[in-house]
Amino acid sequence: MSRSAARDWAPAIIVFVVVLIAWEVSLLTLGVQSFLIPRPSVIAGSLVTEWPTLIKGVLFTGAEAVGGLIVGVALGTVCGLATSRWASARELLLPVAIGASAIPIIAFAPITLNWFGPESLLPRMTIVAVMVFFPVMVNTIRGLTNVEPAALELLSSYAASESQTLVKLRGPNALPYWFTALRIATTLSVIGAVVGEFFGGPLYSLGIYITLETGHSRYPTAWAAIVLACAMGIGLYLVAVALERLVIPWQAAREMAR
Amino acid sequence: MTSDQTPGPAAGDAAPVVEATGVGKVFATSGASVNALEGVDLTIRGGEFVSLIGPSGCGKSTLLRLIGDLTAPTTGTILINGKPPARARQDRDYGMVFQAPVLMDWRTIAKNIELPLEIMGFPADERTRRSTDLLRLVELDAFAERHPWELSGGMQQRAAIARALSFDPKLLLMDEPFGALDEMTRERMNAELMSIWRRTGTTIVFVTHSIPEAVFLSTRVVVMSARPGRIAQVIVIDLPAERSVETRESERYFELVTRVREALRQHESTDEVIGTSDAERVRGEGLA
Repeated sequence: MSRSAARDWAPAIIVFVVVLIAWEVSLLTLGVQSFLIPRPSVIAGSLVTEWPTLIKGVLFTGAEAVGGLIVGVALGTVCGLATSRWASARELLLPVAIGASAIPIIAFAPITLNWFGPESLLPRMTIVAVMVFFPVMVNTIRGLTNVEPAALELLSSYAASESQTLVKLRGPNALPYWFTALRIATTLSVIGAVVGEFFGGPLYSLGIYITLETGHSRYPTAWAAIVLACAMGIGLYLVAVALERLVIPWQAAREMAR
Repeated sequence: MTSDQTPGPAAGDAAPVVEATGVGKVFATSGASVNALEGVDLTIRGGEFVSLIGPSGCGKSTLLRLIGDLTAPTTGTILINGKPPARARQDRDYGMVFQAPVLMDWRTIAKNIELPLEIMGFPADERTRRSTDLLRLVELDAFAERHPWELSGGMQQRAAIARALSFDPKLLLMDEPFGALDEMTRERMNAELMSIWRRTGTTIVFVTHSIPEAVFLSTRVVVMSARPGRIAQVIVIDLPAERSVETRESERYFELVTRVREALRQHESTDEVIGTSDAERVRGEGLA
């Protein structure tokens, strides 16, 4: 298993390393100034020297992303369930959901700051929750309703109740859709948290840190923070993938069979 | 169970399982309304194997769906074991098999067969016992823990039949169950269904496009005509109850195939529109 995993990941790792080396070597030979694009080795150096500050930022911004992710995914799932179950809920919730998804985050961020204050986790959690809510809700609805009509007829021939149909058919059918939404939501959550911080937050939070460092022309440290934000997004994504493999192992097996 | 105690055409005095009286179905689409079925009277008795055959648009699938309470008749009445179809569905009288196997990808084959049992609240050990027996019956015991996508189309359809039999339904409704299979597999499935029917004694209503299949399997073949869909002729299949590969080569078998084909042709010639129904008739003959 681990050997095949290593084989799966090897090409991506090789490409990554090659890009880093090419980046390093080409900037050295062309003599590009570090405020334009710093070399990977310089960024790595900043990562080490600024680590104590950076790790505080990662923890803070990460808490915002994960907190907002949990709230948004939970709300999206519940609204998706309600919407696909009751026509009245669909009429009530769907316009609100579409409205929420249309909120320009840049305009919304200062308002959330006003609500909760810049030092709190809540402004960015709110932004992240609003951002991830819609894809989760839409995919949940789609998964619950995009069921083979013949399968519904089959369950109806067993005189299955509405809740049995949900548990035995609609729910399992929706899981792959839901996990797709979760993957999208993980990367969105970090973007939402960092962008939200541009409008205010503690000095060490990644968004503020990046703003300040670029303002003082300390680009390598700004890049170091960007690398960490990126790593956080990838990390959360991988957690979602691992969770998916754990909950619906048949899905990966089926895809492999095709 | 002894082999000569087989349900056959002699089931004439058994209690009626399906009683359709003056059944009609009109589908109101936007603008026009389609008269899918008109004045259908049909009684099917316990232990019978009745095939519905006819060109596209003759309402054979609609009749099956009406019997199975998947849709309601516009006119007339249907009784299943003396009850309205909705009641019969609540009583879990129906086992259904569609053209597609409709297996749940997230369940193993054994768990797919146990799905109706879970819904109907059978205890776990009883579910396992039944699925084990049925897997043996349809010769899938080696695939109990596999997932549907790992099986061939024919094997999937056998699993679907096992699932339909799992709760001992009084009436098995099959809508072109072997329509998507190749001819070789189809003949083997016919033989298997035959032996399952003989062993279980379940009443079966079977929709098909294939004349040989209808004749080989049935105790009676209901020939239907289109526009509006109605019963054109009912042909009793008086082949011996024990049917095998030799049956397909017997003289009586060919006579009956010809009778069904002529009944189909005769009632089709009154049609103004041919086209798809004609194409399907040719396909049916090609299988002969």
